[in-house]
Amino acid sequence: MATLNSNIPAGPLAQKWEHHKFSTKLINPANKRKYKIIVVGAGLAGSSAAATLAELGYEVHNFVFHDSPRRAHSVAAQGGINAAKNYQNDGDSVHRLFYDTIKGGDFRAREANVHRLAEVSVNIIDQCAAQGVPFAREYGGLLDNRSFGGAQVSRTFYARGQTGQQLLLGAYSALCRNIANGGVKSHTHAEMLDLVVVDGHAKGIIVRNLQTGEITRHNADAVVLATGGYGNAYNLSTYARGSNATAIWRAYKRGACFGNPCYTQIHPTCIPVSGDYQSKLTLMSESLRNDGRVWVPKKKDDCKRNPADIAESDRDYYLERMYPAFGNLAPRDIASRAAKVVCDEGRGIGETGLGVYLDFADAIKRLGEGKVRERYGNLFAMYHEITNEDAYQTPMRIYPAMHYTMGGLWVDYNLMSNLPGLFVLGEANFSDHGANRLGASALMQGLADGYFVLPATISGYLATQKPDKRPATDNAAFKQAEESVQTITKRLLNNKGSRTPASFHKALGKLIWEHCGMARTKAGLERGIKLIGELREQYWKHVKVAGEAGEWNQSLENAGRVADFMELGELLCRDALHREESCGGHFREEYQYTKNDAEVQQGLVNPGDVKRRDDVFAYVAAWEYAGEGKAPVLNKEPLVYEEVKMSTRSYK
Amino acid sequence: MKVTLKVWRQKSRNTPGEFKTYESPALNPNMSFLEMLDVVNEELANRGEEPIAFDHDCREGICGTCSLVIDGKPHGPHQGVATCQTYMRSFKNGDEIVVEPFRARAFPLVKDLVVDRKALDRIQHAGGFISVRTGSAPDANNILVPKENADLAMDAAQCIGCGACVAACKNASAMLFVAAKVSHLGLLPQGQPERHRRVKAMVDQMDAEGFGGCTVTGSCEAVCPKEISLDFIARMNRDYAAALIRGEPKPIAGSGAG
Amino acid sequence: MSSISSLYKSSLGQKYVMAASGTLLFLFVVGHLVGNLQVFGSPELINTYAHFLKSKPLLLWGVRLGLLALVALHVITAVQLSLANKAARPVEYAKPPTYGSAWQSRYMLGTGSVIAAFVVYHLAHFTALLPGINGVGDFRTLEATLPGGEKTHDVYAMIVLGFQVWWVTLFYLVAQAVLFIHLGHGLASMFQSLGFRNHIWWPRIQLFAKVASIAIFIGYALIPVSIYLRVVGADYAETKRFELKPAALVEPAAATGKEAK
Repeated sequence: MATLNSNIPAGPLAQKWEHHKFSTKLINPANKRKYKIIVVGAGLAGSSAAATLAELGYEVHNFVFHDSPRRAHSVAAQGGINAAKNYQNDGDSVHRLFYDTIKGGDFRAREANVHRLAEVSVNIIDQCAAQGVPFAREYGGLLDNRSFGGAQVSRTFYARGQTGQQLLLGAYSALCRNIANGGVKSHTHAEMLDLVVVDGHAKGIIVRNLQTGEITRHNADAVVLATGGYGNAYNLSTYARGSNATAIWRAYKRGACFGNPCYTQIHPTCIPVSGDYQSKLTLMSESLRNDGRVWVPKKKDDCKRNPADIAESDRDYYLERMYPAFGNLAPRDIASRAAKVVCDEGRGIGETGLGVYLDFADAIKRLGEGKVRERYGNLFAMYHEITNEDAYQTPMRIYPAMHYTMGGLWVDYNLMSNLPGLFVLGEANFSDHGANRLGASALMQGLADGYFVLPATISGYLATQKPDKRPATDNAAFKQAEESVQTITKRLLNNKGSRTPASFHKALGKLIWEHCGMARTKAGLERGIKLIGELREQYWKHVKVAGEAGEWNQSLENAGRVADFMELGELLCRDALHREESCGGHFREEYQYTKNDAEVQQGLVNPGDVKRRDDVFAYVAAWEYAGEGKAPVLNKEPLVYEEVKMSTRSYK
Repeated sequence: MKVTLKVWRQKSRNTPGEFKTYESPALNPNMSFLEMLDVVNEELANRGEEPIAFDHDCREGICGTCSLVIDGKPHGPHQGVATCQTYMRSFKNGDEIVVEPFRARAFPLVKDLVVDRKALDRIQHAGGFISVRTGSAPDANNILVPKENADLAMDAAQCIGCGACVAACKNASAMLFVAAKVSHLGLLPQGQPERHRRVKAMVDQMDAEGFGGCTVTGSCEAVCPKEISLDFIARMNRDYAAALIRGEPKPIAGSGAG
Repeated sequence: MSSISSLYKSSLGQKYVMAASGTLLFLFVVGHLVGNLQVFGSPELINTYAHFLKSKPLLLWGVRLGLLALVALHVITAVQLSLANKAARPVEYAKPPTYGSAWQSRYMLGTGSVIAAFVVYHLAHFTALLPGINGVGDFRTLEATLPGGEKTHDVYAMIVLGFQVWWVTLFYLVAQAVLFIHLGHGLASMFQSLGFRNHIWWPRIQLFAKVASIAIFIGYALIPVSIYLRVVGADYAETKRFELKPAALVEPAAATGKEAK
């Protein structure tokens, strides 16, 4: 069993971070340069961490599998970034952002982490503005805000529909500056394939150069993983095709616990699947729900009709009906599940029947087409490119899709995993979003971790390490890790199979989506686990990988990633099976409110809403690898709420 | 629908390459161009041939990873979109489509349709940043930015760094890329202190990378997936001239630490 | 000095040189046109003008050498830039990309070379007065008397006789057409290269480039065409034709001259 110590500092919630920063050991400026830190990933969390650590004086090595750090998938976030600036004077505060995030996460996140996130959110905006991120402005030159998915205040900062790209370019520019001045050594086209653990501490990584196929060993005093989420286990998702879980999965297999893998987020506004060939689902920014109205026909027979011919009275604006206070802005998990419910009732629209309308007719009537174009022009254009439909004329078709994973490697308050020396940031860790993430909070968390949290906490660990005792790369652990990587590569390339990794990935994705998607059941999950196990067996028997090891080989890259998804997918289902409650993005059909429940009768929730079981499941499930073919060990970190009372999450 | 593909195949930088012709299987017009390549690659792999290597990642037109020159046009027939947002309905049944890599001396070929665009990163390293340490920023609303400047900076900042401008230019010039970066930061008050140093350093690095010069043909603007305007090149030319006129800063006289 | 060398070392600096020398050459082209349009007046008008220019040898040669230097700078820089540009793409596309660019912009070096060739011919034709290349005879012997009684070279007769030769007129017309193409792109690009452009001014600059290049073409084309069609100076030409020695008769004399050196 792993020892999980969350290391949450004592004291009142609002002062924990301040106290903790003070009590954390520092490293003398002259000594910092002796410490070598590896940062894997260069999205918001990775870039900002690498740049900031270099500014502090550490020797930083940054690894990305992309050709450039700027291409990490943080780039694709559209809507915005939250911060408790209260620039709009609408009653926002650090405490409100904290509370909204805790509640949004369905009371399954750590209080202290979330409060810290809300605290540093204001610094993030300052930092980014100073870097030249072109946030939207008002005519007076002040920053503009908008309200965003599930928030009743306007605290979201944005840069047209490309906030992610602009923030990433800001972090990337900081990274560039530190690459130029020698603080960061950038390794691109470099994919981490294993973590090296020496005497129980993370001390290095094994890397494959994607251009040449060369495998290299890299040692360090600490390893930081900022490699993103694992949503591509579902194959079809809004993730980039290259997004993968290999880094965190190999770290898991080296002893790092995996927290809450079943907390996955399905985003409500994506373009529906159009065919079997599909490689990727495209998200339409949630900001569209600010002005668009979601509906389906009341009658099944109307589903195939032209939406313009369906009378107003025959339309069911179901989010407005079910959640009158939040309406179309209901949080993501709720909006997604509601879409699934109406489609399961047979009222879904489009060819597949898996879709709902997002209608802008009212907004155009109210604001004029010009204003709508100004706000969402790029999104409408994108929708047109993909579907060949004009959303100014006819309602958009949308459907939920796999979008984000709240789960990830378990970390303590310092963002260090149970493996000392291994730090995990951003989407790759599990810490801040609980069972559901609010819109515009992912960017906030990635940058909070990278700019402000890790640089302040890592010294606490480094102070216990002696840089002159850093294990060299000829250490046995490095040799063993490299051999293990070579073994997998050889096994994949020498397998005389007949099926491509991509076809297996498709099959895996379908299995997980079907059995561990928006609605999960005990029987379904058990069946899913069995089928995934079988598929994995098939994989190693029948997979066929083209090309050679010593060259640019996308089949090989993909094959390794799919192999890891096969294992991760099973853990995902196991966690979902063990968590016999519903919370946030994890919906177990057995645990939902019915009309007999008091909460429904009081009007707090609707029948079909998620039903938590705080008495049994108010803990973090941290899964520990037990070895090949053995069931993983479940460790529990109880969630102790000092400030907030866990309550029923009502959006009515 | 079906199409015939004439694709550039080249095992590595140092081996000669050639066009190879492939017949696509039946396609759905709603497929993206890259999904079409996925399908063709699956077929190649099933036949025991090596799949076509091509760069791609986000597949929603923002990461700038995808490239390809499709029938002589970087990012394919449409304006203002990347290859990943090009759909097969833009082609006709039976079309022959020529697919080539981005070609420029500064973009050495890696394999098939994949090229190495790190030269763009090196230009960024030279000066594509505002030197602000983490933690040293003033309150964000202390810096007022006129809306029109913020909007114009945003127009430039949209650049996704794909390198299509280089691929399209008859001189393989990276002027539009560099101009977008220089203008984005140069338009904002935060970017003023380093404005002239930045433009000088970035242009000099661009030259050192072996990109060609601008002859104002406008091809770059025409293929840019973010439709970045040539106006920014003029803006950069202006800034660079000012930087040249100002010259190098006076060396600081030695002053020992206190 | 260092900023001049750093100017020339950078691709942008070389573009400034192209644009600046281009601007000056354009101004010369305009001035030269205004001077030449005097051919539509009386013979005395342009002859007096030519005589005036020749009477200031310092100014004349200063301008001539300056222009030569500008041309040299413009041509050498163009060649250097073109070589660098060519080198930037060692492997061409199977389908060379052409969309989006105005076609004029893709042939600047070609049109420039034609113009350079024309300038050489034009200088030999009307400045150096090389006999044997004009298809008529030796222009050096043409003489006119100014209203003041001074004798001077009869420039008017030279122009009129010169353009009555069909292939000379044709060559000049072709060269003007090429200049029109060159300026059509070059004039607007000069503003771009020097940074004088934004979204408001760019359409105006392009309009200016179009109007100016058309005006220059019409102005310059009008001269040979109206002479060839015998609209201008046909009678005067006939009175002067006898003064011309056929080129063939002159050559031995020129040869003797050289020997005398």
